[in-house]
Amino acid sequence: MRERDVPQEGNRTLAGHRKAVYAIADDGKLRLVPTHGWEVEEIVTRQAVEDLERRASEARTRALAGESSPLEYHMYRARMDVELLSQTSGVWRWRVRRHLKPAAFARLPLALKTRYADALGITPEALEKVE
Amino acid sequence: MPDGFVHAHASHCESGVMSSLLSHNGLAISEAMAFGLASALSFAYLPFVRINGLPLVSFRMPPRAIVRGLQRSLGLGMRFETFRSPSAGSARLDALLAAGTLVGLQTSVFWLPYFPPDLRFHFNAHNLLVYGREGDEYLISDPVGETPVRCARKDLERARFAKGALAPRGLLYYMTTPPTEPDWALLGKRALARTARIMLAPLPFVGVRGMKMLANRVERLSASSGGEHARLYIGNIVRMQEEIGTGGGGFRFLYASFLQELAAKTGYAALDGLASHLVEIGDRWREFALAAARMIRGRDALSPPTLAARLRALAADERLFFQSLHRARRAWAR
Repeated sequence: MRERDVPQEGNRTLAGHRKAVYAIADDGKLRLVPTHGWEVEEIVTRQAVEDLERRASEARTRALAGESSPLEYHMYRARMDVELLSQTSGVWRWRVRRHLKPAAFARLPLALKTRYADALGITPEALEKVE
Repeated sequence: MPDGFVHAHASHCESGVMSSLLSHNGLAISEAMAFGLASALSFAYLPFVRINGLPLVSFRMPPRAIVRGLQRSLGLGMRFETFRSPSAGSARLDALLAAGTLVGLQTSVFWLPYFPPDLRFHFNAHNLLVYGREGDEYLISDPVGETPVRCARKDLERARFAKGALAPRGLLYYMTTPPTEPDWALLGKRALARTARIMLAPLPFVGVRGMKMLANRVERLSASSGGEHARLYIGNIVRMQEEIGTGGGGFRFLYASFLQELAAKTGYAALDGLASHLVEIGDRWREFALAAARMIRGRDALSPPTLAARLRALAADERLFFQSLHRARRAWAR
């Protein structure tokens, strides 16, 4: 990639930041060039983010309909899945999966709710709600 | 607070941190040199490691390889400390900063508020430097950022003590003795040999063979049910290639820069030709990314076999490249 070919298309996932890439300058040497981003990067990053957002909004619908617990919504909103939530909260995977059901979630002691809330970076009160 | 620290923009966090850390302690070394000497270039396709249901595809060695690799090859006096509690971790960081030490940290990107929201995924091995503190705010030199940033203590604690895969456990590191000027030719030879060995290793999953395995997997992706899964799958490959770490076939260009610099430092001109070859391969990776992105957006018809063919061609190119790298390394006068 030549220095003049470095894309400056403005990748909006970078939120105005510039990242550094290496490209060939006129003297044939590679050097660091700041870039506003490449559309390709924006496409794949948005794809991943949108997939996570889709999961969160589906979980939200389910939670509002009483088909799943608010925990599922908050899990996806924090860009996690069962595996990751299990790792960060230290609760076994099968238990996390159980707590995604409204009935099991409703019976949770505050201590366990606090543990989930901590792992998700929210308060235990916020964990109860789906906004 | 460490005196006279200069922030430098880099394309990859770990090599950027090591370049700044060494330069600050008296050994001027570029990001590319740090990356190359640590033999950080690689390829791995690990179908059994899943992130949000998609396999891990990596274009470099695993996290911490650069820090540890440079520590070993340059014989650096470094200390690594992990902590049980965030308060102990912060207290130690404050004490080191007060003593004028530049400190490297391992953090989780997700909990760093200054990161663009779209890029905040749960990746626990992001490296950055702390060069000072003002009240409850740390002065941070994040190599992938253009300028230094600030981060509140509470947020930094969260990022340092994130749990899950590659959990940092508050890891901080710093230099205990100033580095000495190494024998660049000797280290360069060793680093080239290591990289060539890994890329040509007769193992599945890694190096050129890993690319072929990935190509076979891509070939079998089904375009059924709208091809949603196939799109996510190839998007994931491109994201690992372009976004996580560096842009534009990133690590290939970074390594090419290392080869040029090593050629200039040691006078072994054959490396210059290799660098040009690798730049061409990097461009080919960019073409792959572009083709994949067009399919994801539906501008071109989704065709996994076309992408698989590109990956196989890339694997063949890289095999040739690393074979010539290996030969050049052996021909290098001792």
